[in-house]
Amino acid sequence: MTTRLDGNAIAGELFDVFGQEMTTAMGTCASCGSMRPLGELAVYLQAPGVVARCSSCEALMAVIVEIRGIRCVDLQGIAALEHG
Amino acid sequence: MRFTRGFRGRREAEADSARVPPGQYVTSGFPVLSAGPTPHTPLADWTFAIRGALDQPVSWTWDELHALPSVTVTVDIHCVTKWSKLGSSWTGISLDTLLDRVETAADYVLAFSDGGYTTNLPLEDLTGGKAWVAYEYDGEPLEPEHGGPARLLVPHLYFWKSAKWVRGLELRDDDEPGFWERYGYHNYGDPWREQRYAGD
Amino acid sequence: MERTALRRRLNWQVGTVEGLVAETPRTRSIALDVPGWSGHRAGQHVDVRLTAEDGYQAQRSYSIASAPEDGRLVLTVERLDDGEVSPYLVDELRIGDELELRGPVGGYFVWEAALGGPLLLIAGGSGVVPFRSMLRHHRTDGSTVPVRLLYSARTLPDVVYREELTRFARDGEIDVRFTLTREQPEGWRGYRRRIDQELLAEVAWPPAERPLVYACGPTDFVETAASALVALGHEPGRIRLERFGGTGGSA
Repeated sequence: MTTRLDGNAIAGELFDVFGQEMTTAMGTCASCGSMRPLGELAVYLQAPGVVARCSSCEALMAVIVEIRGIRCVDLQGIAALEHG
Repeated sequence: MRFTRGFRGRREAEADSARVPPGQYVTSGFPVLSAGPTPHTPLADWTFAIRGALDQPVSWTWDELHALPSVTVTVDIHCVTKWSKLGSSWTGISLDTLLDRVETAADYVLAFSDGGYTTNLPLEDLTGGKAWVAYEYDGEPLEPEHGGPARLLVPHLYFWKSAKWVRGLELRDDDEPGFWERYGYHNYGDPWREQRYAGD
Repeated sequence: MERTALRRRLNWQVGTVEGLVAETPRTRSIALDVPGWSGHRAGQHVDVRLTAEDGYQAQRSYSIASAPEDGRLVLTVERLDDGEVSPYLVDELRIGDELELRGPVGGYFVWEAALGGPLLLIAGGSGVVPFRSMLRHHRTDGSTVPVRLLYSARTLPDVVYREELTRFARDGEIDVRFTLTREQPEGWRGYRRRIDQELLAEVAWPPAERPLVYACGPTDFVETAASALVALGHEPGRIRLERFGGTGGSA
């Protein structure tokens, strides 16, 4: 069983990227339009990077990869992001 | 860097360091790594296709694939997240057998999977007995969490190139980076030259 | 007066182990002295990072077991059979050792008295840890929000904080229901199976009461609880989930 976690598992990572608490921020999926707190993202940590998907449609919402101390953050799958 | 007294992690002593690429640790388990949920395509709907830069696209159904001559190989696998698993046994169809059906001048391949995962390789890294479409692991049907019903197996490169849930190859004249390659992982990925990241 | 930057890095801090308590055969509570610890909210967690001598690192998240009002940081860790970090924390870590940690983090899985209720807490195994923080906060705050805890554990000896939970229940503060899934003591009159819709229908408030629901534990457990509650008519928007890796993942 692939261990699917949720946005809580990347709370520290997201705080580090955005400079503030993000699990309560509302993210809108660019694929299906579902708007949910980032704490509800479907998160896959056992990979060469962090992958976060929409909890409704599983579309990619965010990918975070850290290589040689530099973080690449891809938020293309997030159409809108609002503070919680 | 601050060290944690007494912490070693799960790593095992390397029994045969000649088989272990630099920076890797040996594991006897089989970690499951994934970038998404496990797909479940019914075998009746499953096909493996070779398409793109070739005259005549080809594809095999599950039954057609199994009618081809299969091989069982024992290989070492190396994941970019630093674990290596030695002596794993796989059964499948050699890419040489599949590519035999194909006439192409393409140099590159983009492998694609259920769930949207992709990874790229030079075509020559799939030939010469170096790659398989594997559907059995350790004598048993490949489990979904490990890429079943079938995955690409290319053990001479880091294991992210061995695409799980593979559904086909897109032959290309130009090299198109796949999923992890686009985020900075090495375009080729030779574990023996420790090519983990772009620029290595 | 301090000026706090709107954007700030979440720094790694160093905590010194000042107390260790064996809670059950598999779990241990670790009290940490963290200079400048800024406090936390009930339900939050910290990220812990371990570094071996050769530079190998492993990082895991652990829920904070102490209440915000306790004034100290306590983590409760369960040893996972094939774990990489948890066996070290439960079996090897000693008083005086130092741990690198980052936090507190997590605003989504937080309960404060002001959020109201009634409050339904559903814990699978070590998923009870953040709830202990919430329950202590509830007590210290003098909150009158009705609380019900459904706690699923393998056996009675595996129940973490058993004495404290029993005290809470006896004092009438919370309604605790256990389900022991693998082995039950003689004369056990509680539930004896994995949670399912029928069990939840008996334990949960009716949907009309609009409880705030928190479920924490392994992914399968949490998702079973959530699906069942939604099927029973509870509002998805009032259900908060925290999944622990534990189903085949490495920890």
